[in-house]
Amino acid sequence: MSYRLTVNGDPVEIEAPGMRRLLDALREDLGLTGTKEGCGEGECGACSVLVDGQVVDSCMVPLCQVEGASVQTVEGLAEDGALNVLQAAFLETGGAQCGICTPGMLMAGEAFLASGAQPSEESIREAIAGNLCRCTGYTKIVEAIALAAERGSGAG
Amino acid sequence: MPPEPPVVSPRSLDEAFAALASAPHRPVAGGTDLLVQITGEMGEPPERVIDLWGLSELRGIAVEGEALLIGALTTYTEIRRSADVARHLPALADAAATIGAAQIQNRGTLGGNAANASPAGDTLPILLATHAQLVLGGPRGERTVPASDFWTGYRQTALAADELILRIRFPIIAKRQVRFRKVGTRRAQAISKVMMALAWQPGDDGAWREVRLALGSMAATPVRAPRTEAVLEGAAPMAEVADLAVATLADELHPIDDVRSTADYRRAVAGRVLHRLIRDEGGW
Repeated sequence: MSYRLTVNGDPVEIEAPGMRRLLDALREDLGLTGTKEGCGEGECGACSVLVDGQVVDSCMVPLCQVEGASVQTVEGLAEDGALNVLQAAFLETGGAQCGICTPGMLMAGEAFLASGAQPSEESIREAIAGNLCRCTGYTKIVEAIALAAERGSGAG
Repeated sequence: MPPEPPVVSPRSLDEAFAALASAPHRPVAGGTDLLVQITGEMGEPPERVIDLWGLSELRGIAVEGEALLIGALTTYTEIRRSADVARHLPALADAAATIGAAQIQNRGTLGGNAANASPAGDTLPILLATHAQLVLGGPRGERTVPASDFWTGYRQTALAADELILRIRFPIIAKRQVRFRKVGTRRAQAISKVMMALAWQPGDDGAWREVRLALGSMAATPVRAPRTEAVLEGAAPMAEVADLAVATLADELHPIDDVRSTADYRRAVAGRVLHRLIRDEGGW
C-alpha cells in the first residue's frame, strides 16, 4: 500500500504496510531518525510527534491512520539551520542531558505552547507528563518551556 | 519484528460491516492497546486488522432527549473538552484526565476502552455506575446492551465478531451525582491499582438514593459492589455509615495479587478511597 501525508511541510508518499508504526515509517522509510524509540508501548513519550497539531506517541499510530495528515517531527523545528525558540530555550537552561527524551519533550512542549494554555509550572508538568526523562532533568525542561512561552513561541 | 498484519481502512460503516462479515478482523481505533502488540514482544500480533479511525459516523458527543450520547471513536481529549460532558457527566471528564497523558488522551477512545475490556479500563466503572448502555451495530442492525451485561469475563465482551460499538448512551438523571477516583503508581501514565465510581441521587432529607458503586482492577471485569451499595442506600454520608460501608466493601471484594499490586493493598485502599469520598461529600 502507498500512503500520502505531509511531513514537516513536505508532501511524502510512503510505500509500506498500513499497520507499520508511524515511528518506523519515519525512521526506516523516511530516514528521520530524530524521533526516538524508548519503550515502544506508549509509556515514555520519546517517540512523540505532532499529527495535525496534536501530540501523539508515534509508536502507537499505524501509518494507515495518518493518510492525508500533517506530521511534524523534531527535524521540522529548526528554520534554515537556526534553532527555534523552544530548542534555544532547552539549550539555554540545560534542558537536555543524555538527549534521548529531548525530541519527544520538544514536541510535547511545542503542542503545549501552541495550545495557548497558561504556562504555569503545574500546566507545563501536566503537558509533559507523558514524557519520561531518564536523567530526571525535569526541572530544567520545565524552565525551558516556561522560558519559550515567555518569549512567545508556538508551533506552526 | 514480525511483518505487519494486513489492514483494511473502510470509509463507511457499511464497508466496515462487509469486511467484518468476510473474515475475522481485529478492530483498531486509537491504537493505544493494539499497537503494543504489533512488535510481537507482547504476544502474537493479530492476523488481520480493521482500521476504524476514518469512520466519522462513530465520532462526536451529543445530547438527545434524556441521554448523553458519546460516539465510540470519541477521544479522551474530546471528552475533557466537551461542554456537554462537563454539564451532564463531569466525572467522565475527570476519569479521562487521569488516563495516560496528552499523547494517549489524543488517541485513546471511549469505545476502545470498553471493547478492550481490560479490568483496569479507567472509564468502565463510570459506565457501570451510571447505567450506561452500549449501542452495538452489525449486519443485523443495532442492538443495545446495558453496561452491566457487556463485560462477560476476563477481556470478554458481548460483542459478536461482526459487531462494533457505535456509541455509548448515558441516561441523564436530574440531580444525580457521580464521582470518580483512581489510585495508581503516579498521577500520569499509570495503570490503575484501584478505581471507583460512585453515583447517587441526593434526597431532600440528605439521604442518598439509587446508590451505585462500581470498581475497576478488583476482579476479572469491572464490578459493582451491591452489598456496599445496600449499606449506603437511604443513608446520609456520615462517619458511621462510611465505617460500615468500608467494612462491607472489604468483605465483598476479592481482588488478586498481580504484577501491579496485591490483593491486600487493593482491598485496603479501596476502603480508604470510599471512606474519604463519603467524608468529602458529608463535609466532616
